[in-house]
Amino acid sequence: MERIPIYQIGNVLLVSIQIDLQDSDVIALQDSLSERIASSSAQGVVIDISALEIVDSFVGRMLSTIAGVSRVLNARTVVVGMRPAVAITLVELGLSLPGVETALNVERGMAMVTGSTAAATASDTAADANDDVL
Amino acid sequence: MTFSDEVDGQIVAIETDADVVRVRQAVRALAAQAGMSLVDQTKLITAASELARNTLIHGKGGAAHLELTRNESRAGVRVVFADTGPGIADLTLAFEEGWTSGTGLGLGLPGSRRLVDAFEVDTEVGRGTRITIVKWGR
Repeated sequence: MERIPIYQIGNVLLVSIQIDLQDSDVIALQDSLSERIASSSAQGVVIDISALEIVDSFVGRMLSTIAGVSRVLNARTVVVGMRPAVAITLVELGLSLPGVETALNVERGMAMVTGSTAAATASDTAADANDDVL
Repeated sequence: MTFSDEVDGQIVAIETDADVVRVRQAVRALAAQAGMSLVDQTKLITAASELARNTLIHGKGGAAHLELTRNESRAGVRVVFADTGPGIADLTLAFEEGWTSGTGLGLGLPGSRRLVDAFEVDTEVGRGTRITIVKWGR
């Protein structure tokens, strides 16, 4: 049962968690993402948690595990979109997410894993331009 | 306090993974009703998630009793996690940062205690565990 889709964009796997995860979903995501990193030879993984209202120790451990697995498989994982209230709570809970890199949003996360800062700047500019048009 | 006194109390059974999600959702609704800030809501829901998982895994299942509560000036949320599991033999050890009896990170008890305003443990080996938390709104 796959409740969370994994998208491949070039050499990057993108996961956007949009539902309140139960623990079995978390384990399923961890397993399927690990398999996809290996089978796709992805160089990067971007996990968007902007829709998550909380990150508890179980989800936090999954993020650290995926970061560790991807590192061993020669890929880089970036967690993006963490809400400020979630960040404050994580720190107070005592969870420092060892080995997990973070970025503000998907664009910056994609730029980090593809190693291009130019892409981040370009996508920000593009987003600004779109705002102007809209 | 006995549960029969509760007027607007609510009980959520904790028997499966999905029930832990239900506890989070029920706590979220009450936290909003109590007028908590977003950060305080997030802290309370996170603590409830940790403790509900403890009830499921270590307590072998049980229930969460939720209610709105009030003191002189503020509204708050009280949640009692009760199980009839094995109980906690060594409370000092259980509250030690990083100590775990299972596969967890050992953050559940000490971590969730930091996230709430009041935290009380009542446990007896062979009888079960009852953890009461309270968080106040503004």
